[in-house]
Amino acid sequence: MNAEAARTPLFDEHVALGAQMTEFAGYLMPMQYIGIKQEHLAVREGCGIFDLCHMAQLRVFGTSAFDFLQYLMTNDLSRLSVPGMAQYTLICDDDAGIIDDVIVYRTGEIEYLLVANAINRRVVFDWANMIRDRWSTHQPCGESAPRQGIDLEIVDETDRTGLIALQGPLAIPLVEQMMPEGADIPTRFKILATTIGPTPVLLSRTGYTGEDGVEIFTHASNTAAIWRYLLSFPEISPCGLGSRDTLRLEMGYHLYGSDMDRGVDPISARLGWICPADKPDFVGSDAIRRIREQEDHRVLVFFTADDAIPRPGMSLSANGVEIGHVASGTYSPSLCVGIASGYVPTGYSRPGQKLDLQVRRKQVSVVVVDPPFVQGTSL
Amino acid sequence: MNPDDRYYHSEHEWVKIDDDGLAVIGITDFAQQQLGEIVFVELPEVGSTLTAGQVYGEVESVKSVSELYAPVTGQVTQVNSILSDFPETVNAEPYGEGWIVKVRMSDTRVLDSLMTSAQYSTHIGEE
Repeated sequence: MNAEAARTPLFDEHVALGAQMTEFAGYLMPMQYIGIKQEHLAVREGCGIFDLCHMAQLRVFGTSAFDFLQYLMTNDLSRLSVPGMAQYTLICDDDAGIIDDVIVYRTGEIEYLLVANAINRRVVFDWANMIRDRWSTHQPCGESAPRQGIDLEIVDETDRTGLIALQGPLAIPLVEQMMPEGADIPTRFKILATTIGPTPVLLSRTGYTGEDGVEIFTHASNTAAIWRYLLSFPEISPCGLGSRDTLRLEMGYHLYGSDMDRGVDPISARLGWICPADKPDFVGSDAIRRIREQEDHRVLVFFTADDAIPRPGMSLSANGVEIGHVASGTYSPSLCVGIASGYVPTGYSRPGQKLDLQVRRKQVSVVVVDPPFVQGTSL
Repeated sequence: MNPDDRYYHSEHEWVKIDDDGLAVIGITDFAQQQLGEIVFVELPEVGSTLTAGQVYGEVESVKSVSELYAPVTGQVTQVNSILSDFPETVNAEPYGEGWIVKVRMSDTRVLDSLMTSAQYSTHIGEE
């Protein structure tokens, strides 16, 4: 393990809990505490907490923040009509290559918080600043002329912010017990300021597990106290990155670096729904429009395997011809089968399509399905 | 911890000779601990041949795949089909219900090259 790897404010908590630590995106993170399967099922049936302090947090502030972010990101930011709303969105390059998928929270009248993937912290920060320079001389009609009166700050808040996810069917009833009596709990994709126990936090009704729950933003120095307070509830289990991955794949949620990267566009990644066709003039919009009109391209499919566990990189074929590779693949603790994603030509992407998966020395048949793999969660 | 009534292979397999003279093969407690929760076991076919030192199957946890190495040579007479539905049995009872295959050995002399439980304990202590 790299001695230079960063530690989150919860590092000592993980070690004290006996976590198996792993390096992820330059951070030492818990892979598991007692076991991936048990932690997975704890979230599906009860409540689990995850250390997300490694995730990148950018604050974008100023009277120009809305116009700039509307140009930087694919989804329509005007849907966040009042502070306290959030949306899933993408940052693309001019060729529609996905730079990152992020959640953007409108945290004030003229303030937004972007939560990006840990591995992309630097990339997103640098890209946002580069696009800011371009945008500052870019006019909607395509002419190049300096904008007047730009008021915009982009600040990397990752190191001073703590983030813990609380997820599972018991998460909301438990949070209610932790908040002041009568305090509002945010509805789905909303964020509000409140207190958890004695600690001031931003509470967001978002997650990456397919279960209902919240993500708790707080000052880095308060994070360990909140973590311990949460674990004082016997219903709550600490969960590592291992179960975070199996939980998200059961829902068909994308993982940056596995299911998408700079070489993939939103249409192929099936994320066209966060790139509204009627939104004009944002970075990548022309390329996305062109790709939308194409009939044939590669597309992300999800599939189940009864007799094997698909692993990233394994070959997919049809009629003896290789047509793609596994992007994400794992064992589903909820379904007790192998589940996976991969890019294949659109002609092979319909649910029910049978494909052949090469699992080391043997070939097994797999079936394309519509995500999510797991139905009837608390979400 | 490792029972004395069987032989051990350096790749963390055990062999026990049952009342019918068959070699019952499984993985050690040390191995199952290292692997973590086993979620899939790839078993050989009954009738297939195992060759000492060669891969004959795989065990998978959520995150990883590990190969199974045959400690002896012979023909597979039975596989533990319980493991298809309950692979976690290997974790729970590595020396009992979590056995993997039974083999009719073609040459029992290979047993002489395997370790005793005391030798195996030293082996994993040194790793």
